Amino acid sequence: MTTIQTVVLAAEETPSPVLPQPYDIVWSLVCLVIVGLVFWKKVLPLFQKVLNERTERIEGGIAKAEQAQAQAQQALEEYRAQLAEARAEAARIRDDARAEGQQIIDEMRARAQAESDRIVAQGRAQLEAQRVQIVAELRADLGRVAVDLASRVVGESLEDEARQRGTVDRFLDELDAVSAPANK
Amino acid sequence: MLASSSEGGSAYHPPSVAEFFPDVILFAGTPFAIDRVMLVRLLMTVVVAVFFLVAMRSPKLVPRGVQNAAEYFLDFVRKHIAEDILGREQGKRFLPLLTTLFFLIFACNVSGIIPLLNMPGTARVGLPMVLAVVTYIVFNYAGIKAQGFGPYLKNNLFPPGVPKPVYILLTPVELLSTFVIRPVTLTFRLLGNMMSGHLVLVLFFGASWYMLFQISDLWLKPVGVLSLAMGFVFTLFEMLVQFLQAYIFTLLAAVYIDGALHAEH
Repeated sequence: MTTIQTVVLAAEETPSPVLPQPYDIVWSLVCLVIVGLVFWKKVLPLFQKVLNERTERIEGGIAKAEQAQAQAQQALEEYRAQLAEARAEAARIRDDARAEGQQIIDEMRARAQAESDRIVAQGRAQLEAQRVQIVAELRADLGRVAVDLASRVVGESLEDEARQRGTVDRFLDELDAVSAPANK
Repeated sequence: MLASSSEGGSAYHPPSVAEFFPDVILFAGTPFAIDRVMLVRLLMTVVVAVFFLVAMRSPKLVPRGVQNAAEYFLDFVRKHIAEDILGREQGKRFLPLLTTLFFLIFACNVSGIIPLLNMPGTARVGLPMVLAVVTYIVFNYAGIKAQGFGPYLKNNLFPPGVPKPVYILLTPVELLSTFVIRPVTLTFRLLGNMMSGHLVLVLFFGASWYMLFQISDLWLKPVGVLSLAMGFVFTLFEMLVQFLQAYIFTLLAAVYIDGALHAEH
């Protein structure tokens, strides 16, 4: 009995749960304004700033990396160009050297040829001189021998020396004329 | 709370709506009257404000400790409510409102299971109503500013792509649903959930207290233990509801703003 009465009494005294009292609204607004201002004016701007900084940092890092990459690429290209240039230079030097070497070889060959020609010619001349000398000697010897032989064969001395010599020379020239085409 | 009329001896008092109207402590009869619920609200307000102010007092590029936690919470609202519903640009614009709504509601909900407080600050109609009215003003303001007053009303009351006679039926329905029912449902969904959750907890814990300590019938003791266990289970459930209601309120506010910003229906 008493319980029911208390409950009923309480229900009668109790304000409607869906109709706010003025102080309920007032304190709700106070709470809203405090939390709202804290977020709106303070916390969220700070948070946004940090987020922006983070984004900037990341983007800055990416930009820096890209820049470094571009620089590396440029250096690589420069290096390649230099390398190609150096290779061309080396090839040119090599070709020059080869040409020069060839030229030297040709020159040397020509000089050697000339030297050899000269030596051969000298030898020939020497040989010719010796041959002429020998022929002259032989001719004198042969004349004397032939005259001896002839005087012995004939058995008489030939006084007329001049005539004697003319005869022998003429004979020998005839001999030469016969043998010369065969020698040369 | 139950102990207020303990003179009745061993009588059990089931919790009632009176639960939510404790005695006024200060400034009785003025618009600044303070009772336990108002105190809980103010305390939770201070907790939210101080927590975020301290955590973000000088935010570092690489967050540490409490800043990490604060950023995690703020990011939840920023990413999963503001940007998901409103997009990047508009989300940023309405972020202060949505963040305020979420954390004020969540803190005032959670006070319902904090020992010694044991009272959701949102279980009195004032706070849900004020927040719903603010949301109502903001989404209408956003719509009128984005589309102009005439087109905004026209888009809402006479949605395009419908045969003319249908408007006889559709326009009153749209008027009611957009401009009347929205703020009312925002208010009472939150209020109702928090009130009922609190009543359920009071019911179970009050019953356990009564059966375990106030009466001597031994056969009721196991029931008291069971009631205590149920109270614990419902406390866990309340945690979920408290988060969910804050989330839903904020999400719907974002959805209403988004709907108002865009003419397409």
